[in-house]
Amino acid sequence: MRSAERSERPGAGAVERLLSGLLRTGVVASLSVVVFGTIVTFVHHPGYLKLPPALKGFTQAGAPCPSTFREVAVGIGQFRGQAIVAAGLLLLIATPVLRVAVSMVAFACRKDRIFLAITLTVLLMMVLPFVLGRVGL
Amino acid sequence: MTPLEFVLIAFGISVGAGLLGALLGLGGGVIVIPVLVLLLKVDIRYAIGASIVSVIATSSGAAAAYVRERMTNLRLAMFLEVATASGALTGAYVAGVVNARWLHLVFGAILALSSVAMLRGGGGGLGRNVAPDSLADRLRLHGSYFDEALGREVEYRVTRTRLGFALMYVAGIVSGLLGIGSGILKVPAMDLAMRMPMKASTATSNFMIGVTAGAGAGVYFMRGDIQPFVAAPVAAGVLLGAMVGARLLGRAPGWLVRRVFVVVLLWVSVEMFVKGLRG
Repeated sequence: MRSAERSERPGAGAVERLLSGLLRTGVVASLSVVVFGTIVTFVHHPGYLKLPPALKGFTQAGAPCPSTFREVAVGIGQFRGQAIVAAGLLLLIATPVLRVAVSMVAFACRKDRIFLAITLTVLLMMVLPFVLGRVGL
Repeated sequence: MTPLEFVLIAFGISVGAGLLGALLGLGGGVIVIPVLVLLLKVDIRYAIGASIVSVIATSSGAAAAYVRERMTNLRLAMFLEVATASGALTGAYVAGVVNARWLHLVFGAILALSSVAMLRGGGGGLGRNVAPDSLADRLRLHGSYFDEALGREVEYRVTRTRLGFALMYVAGIVSGLLGIGSGILKVPAMDLAMRMPMKASTATSNFMIGVTAGAGAGVYFMRGDIQPFVAAPVAAGVLLGAMVGARLLGRAPGWLVRRVFVVVLLWVSVEMFVKGLRG
């Protein structure tokens, strides 16, 4: 009821509602995948419920984890929990990227060239690390 | 500790961090990282990787509520994101090269300065007369929000846009370096430098943090520093805490948010100094 009153206030535009829904959907969807992947990991490895030494392999330097799109895709094909979690985390990283893309389209529709350029710049910067790949140390 | 216990404990801690983070306009990362490293003995690189992902979840979850309630200044956020995203990329790439010890010391100093500035800042922060700013006028960055405590729409004008932009670049660097949302720097940049009301600053900061952290998270993911086993419970836990916190913020009076914020700033700055001195 409170939210119904709010959305009727002047200026509560369609873009605001769209962005709000997108952010929520992205977070809920990605976190669902992450939780599902975690459960799959424990189902595949019952030893994780009682083996203390296994933990070191995940929390100390040099632990292997999927860090490329190919590794994540191959891991999902094998139904590996870690790869499913990684896919969920990538989905989470993609949520703000999508949010910027939606804003960019909204500014384009309003023919707001300055803000179209601003959002495009932000979008390119967010995609840059994935284009460059592993850089530096 | 078994892997299952680790996941459950990390989840519980993250719920608390997310709740606090959402209430204060922080990402929750400043709380999560020290706990993961000191209590759970997680490698700092993985703690930072998990934190930066959790920061996206916190920001997006809370921002969804703020945007719906129209507390966020969307135009200003998008404009300043150019600064925070480029800063985050700079920080995330530099993180692999610079000694973390000095970063902690510098960060502690920045936090201490921010908290002193917050204590001196004018009370309430509503209806302040600000100097005209041609850039803010041209880009139409001024805004308004509905204040639940006052029960009315509050209109405000922003000023010193260039200074705010520069401060946001610095906030972005800190975010990328340490894997935190750095709302702790973004909020003062808008509240004190650009003279925005506290609540609008907090909501707008939270909205921008998702993009800032998103730019940095890409670098960390490609570097292999986002370890699923650590990031999963932290991201899920922080989100849960943030959802509860976002519901409380709209009703908390401005002075309370401010005082709690100052105490947290000072506490985190001391933590950072100690961490840097110990090496």
